[in-house]
Amino acid sequence: MMENSRRSFLKIAGVTAAGLSLKPVTDVLASGGHQTKSSPIGDVSKGKNVLTAKRWAMVIDVKKMAHDGTAHKCIDVCHKLHNVPDLKNKRHEIKWIWDEEFHHAFPGQHHEHLSEAIEHAPFLVLCNHCENPPCVRACPTKATFQREDGIVLMDFHRCIGCRFCMAACPYGSRSFNFRDPRPFIEETQENFPTRMKGVVEKCNFCAERLAVGKQPACAEVSDGAIIFGDLDDENSEVRKVLKANHVIRRKPGLGTGPQIYYMV
Amino acid sequence: MPNNKLYDREKVLIGLAIFVAVISFPFWFNMGKAAPAPELKLSNKAKAAKQCIAPTPYMRAEHMAILDLWRDTVVRDAKRVYSDNNGRQFNMSLSTGEDSCMGCHVTKADFCDKCHNYASVRPYCWDCHIAPKENK
Repeated sequence: MMENSRRSFLKIAGVTAAGLSLKPVTDVLASGGHQTKSSPIGDVSKGKNVLTAKRWAMVIDVKKMAHDGTAHKCIDVCHKLHNVPDLKNKRHEIKWIWDEEFHHAFPGQHHEHLSEAIEHAPFLVLCNHCENPPCVRACPTKATFQREDGIVLMDFHRCIGCRFCMAACPYGSRSFNFRDPRPFIEETQENFPTRMKGVVEKCNFCAERLAVGKQPACAEVSDGAIIFGDLDDENSEVRKVLKANHVIRRKPGLGTGPQIYYMV
Repeated sequence: MPNNKLYDREKVLIGLAIFVAVISFPFWFNMGKAAPAPELKLSNKAKAAKQCIAPTPYMRAEHMAILDLWRDTVVRDAKRVYSDNNGRQFNMSLSTGEDSCMGCHVTKADFCDKCHNYASVRPYCWDCHIAPKENK
């Protein structure tokens, strides 16, 4: 006859509980650790109108940009299309593209005897879509990444708001949403998402427009002051312009390889 | 011979009864009060299309996985057009244009919120994406 004692009861209870708690673990292990459901996902493609390139780049003609408010036209259209909020508080400001004076945009190349035209010309600055982007290296979640065509893009879904990328970017091209941006968007565009509080944002080279065969919005409204194209294609307009004109880039000595060229 | 006597039998049994009653309180308190499962209201456009990008049971179970996959495909691979087995093409977007999800499922309140509220899940899609304007 088996003697029932507290001791043997506890032993059996313990083994049973351990066995039950193992079940979900073995289930997961048996399925290989991830779901293997068959998916009816068909073909995905880029669409027929897409603009593609090996290396997107932009040339900004500073003289043309100075013509009656072209710079502001570019800024306004970009910020409107991308639901960029207009926050009056400088410390909360969100910018994708903005104008800067020469000595801010090109520190180290400034001197006392700059020509009047250059000294006060509006230099449009934006994300440089660097060849060797420091923000991408800094991002701990790979929310910021470099596309094959050179565009440095953000996956806003993944951004955790750590702002390492902002510290890494030598051009100050990134802004952080300290507040919920929605109340500060004058006219919300339905076909582009807003951001939420706690997310970094910046220029995306109009990736969403390239996908449907359109030039970046700023280039489109710039009356030829912004030339956008494939740097890898010898016959492209950007290459022709670069060949024929002297251009400068922002902080080239840092080795980031900025892809925005300024024709002065 | 072990001692099988239960000491303080009445107190123990009463205590046990109270314990069971308290533990099972949520179950018998809510008995028969379960909210009915929501009826999905499909828009006319969705009804006319007969099938979404995949069979309904699959969509019901996996739509969030599809959205997740599509998000990566669109953002990272720049591939934005989905063709199903019947050759229909869709814009792989939550709310951009006619061929996107919300282009067909036009009302967020009738389509998304109904089940999400019932199941008490709160996806944060609409914190950033903009739901189509609803006619009231």
